[in-house]
Amino acid sequence: MMMHQSPFVQVSDLGRDFDLSAPLLSRLLEGAPKRSLTAASGVSFSIERGETFALVGESGSGKSTIGKMLVGLLEPTSGGVTIDGKDLFGTLDKASRMALRRRIQMIFQNPYASLNPRWRVGDIIAEPITAFGLAEGKGVQARVSQLLEQVGLNAKDAKKYPHEFSGGQRQRIAIARALASEPEFIVCDEPTSALDVSVQSQVLNLMRDLQRELGLAYLFISHDLSVVRYMADKIGVLYLGELVEVADRETLFAKPRHPYTQMLIDAAPRIDAFGRTAERAKGEIPDPIDRPSGCSYHPRCPVVEDICRRTAPEAQLFADGRALVSCHRAKE
Amino acid sequence: MNRDVLLEVVNLCVEIPTRDAVLRPVDTVSFELRRGEILGVVGESGAGKSMCGSAIMGLIDPPGQIASGKILLSGERIDNLPESAWRRIRGKRIGMVFQDPLTSLNPLMRVGDQLVETIRTHLPLSASEARRRAVESLEEVGIPAAASRIDDYPHQFSGGMRQRVVIALALAAEPELIIADEPTTALDVSVQAQIMALLKDLCHRRRTAVMLITHDMGVIAEATDRVAVLYAGRVVEIGKTEDVLADPAHPYTRGLMASTPAADGSDGRLNQIPGAMPNLVSIPAGCAFNPRCDQVEARCQNERPELRSWKGRSLACWRYSESEEVS
Repeated sequence: MMMHQSPFVQVSDLGRDFDLSAPLLSRLLEGAPKRSLTAASGVSFSIERGETFALVGESGSGKSTIGKMLVGLLEPTSGGVTIDGKDLFGTLDKASRMALRRRIQMIFQNPYASLNPRWRVGDIIAEPITAFGLAEGKGVQARVSQLLEQVGLNAKDAKKYPHEFSGGQRQRIAIARALASEPEFIVCDEPTSALDVSVQSQVLNLMRDLQRELGLAYLFISHDLSVVRYMADKIGVLYLGELVEVADRETLFAKPRHPYTQMLIDAAPRIDAFGRTAERAKGEIPDPIDRPSGCSYHPRCPVVEDICRRTAPEAQLFADGRALVSCHRAKE
Repeated sequence: MNRDVLLEVVNLCVEIPTRDAVLRPVDTVSFELRRGEILGVVGESGAGKSMCGSAIMGLIDPPGQIASGKILLSGERIDNLPESAWRRIRGKRIGMVFQDPLTSLNPLMRVGDQLVETIRTHLPLSASEARRRAVESLEEVGIPAAASRIDDYPHQFSGGMRQRVVIALALAAEPELIIADEPTTALDVSVQAQIMALLKDLCHRRRTAVMLITHDMGVIAEATDRVAVLYAGRVVEIGKTEDVLADPAHPYTRGLMASTPAADGSDGRLNQIPGAMPNLVSIPAGCAFNPRCDQVEARCQNERPELRSWKGRSLACWRYSESEEVS
């Protein structure tokens, strides 16, 4: 394995704003101000080869926006992403950009929407192979068969259409397609949220096996903490587009330091907590257009103080550098 | 017969005739629900959970129909009522909460008007009394500043607040039974915790019975008193939640529990049940779970196991039919 100075995937100070202003003419006529929504800001983390970094947070926390930026589907407003030292949004020539993109793939939440219903499974999986020129003629078919078997399907399934498969099998097809370009980094956006629990476990196990076999780096986006706990090496907790806590799995679950992380862990239903009523979490995630002052979590925070309303907290290191927490009240 | 029993479902079968075959999404299901009790109905997609709920509410879409069996509400049969009689039961005696609060509210009607309409349909109140009652019910489900928010439209509420409005609507006519079909599946965990706490609290204070349909074992563990596990339209295990979840007996219940990522974060490989829920057109003979079961015997493939009592619960599995000693 080659040694790298910098991490395999480095996300630095990534931010994305969306312009929600009315059209220019209406703005001029009505004197309405420009409005923008900050979906992500100041997000930094890194992922090594063979490692899983999970992003957790509730809806509207900016998980998917960050995921899309990491595969180059969305341009950031600020900050950047490097993969293996190469700038994803930099001034690469066309061939090197193509070469970099081959190394990144994505798996989406809904396998009913992410597979073209009019294409045969074989053609769906073959597309990346031919697009990147990874095989020719008979070699393409052989590779498709190999990929189908790798994800636990049958080589004969290449002739079928997506509707002939169940949800779990479709997600296997989506994984086979993602693997077709021989990627090193895969962004998985809620890959099992649409699946039943017994099928979810099949897909999660498969993803872990493939990671071990191929040394893949995963960005795993999920709202489900128990799934994240099973899959991730490191976890970033997102709230209103900002990382409030980043820690390795053991540190995070042993001692969540941000009140939002504590609330998420406490609110998740547990299969062994008979008759428990979770500590009532206050409120809901606010509208990102209308962010609270200071720390954005302060209106819901049980340990809020004056300073939280006035100043946004800086990220501080805890637990010998294993946890990075943005909270005025966080303690060792 | 226990006077506390509110709902009794006896050998309920729902059938959908198609050109090729008659499908049975609910197959000989029996259970009872007492006042003030929360019964969880759990299973994966296609298990027949929602169809069971729809049958009890008389909301099965034709050509689907209740083919046999009985549904009794306070001892009175409700499975064979004409549509006109249903209007006095649905909303009045049985309240409903569905998964998506956005589709169960009328987007063009103010929240207050929807509540007042429901209240006045079922209770003999004047418009102003009904409106006062509507404000009270919004307050009861924890909507802040209910008196001023009552004239808002559904889109002006957040997801969690909208689901509270739906619960207020379901409770408006003080029903005896609430059927909640995946009430928190579309919500974030923090909001889910709030809504479940609210449902539990209302149920215990008013002695309303709740049939809680969900796929989430965690929700079942925390909210329900008893649980029925459904597979391919059949009840495979039913009993006290703590008994069933702490010591699941049916191989399907055991598989479900083991494939749920553990709360203690143990790193072991997740258990996986091979295959998937069968399609309604091809339900296996014998025990419907037999092709996926790791303890299948010859008998399982030919004879269908009946529900039998075992250690204080009921089970449909041949492995538990001989004696209580089988582990």
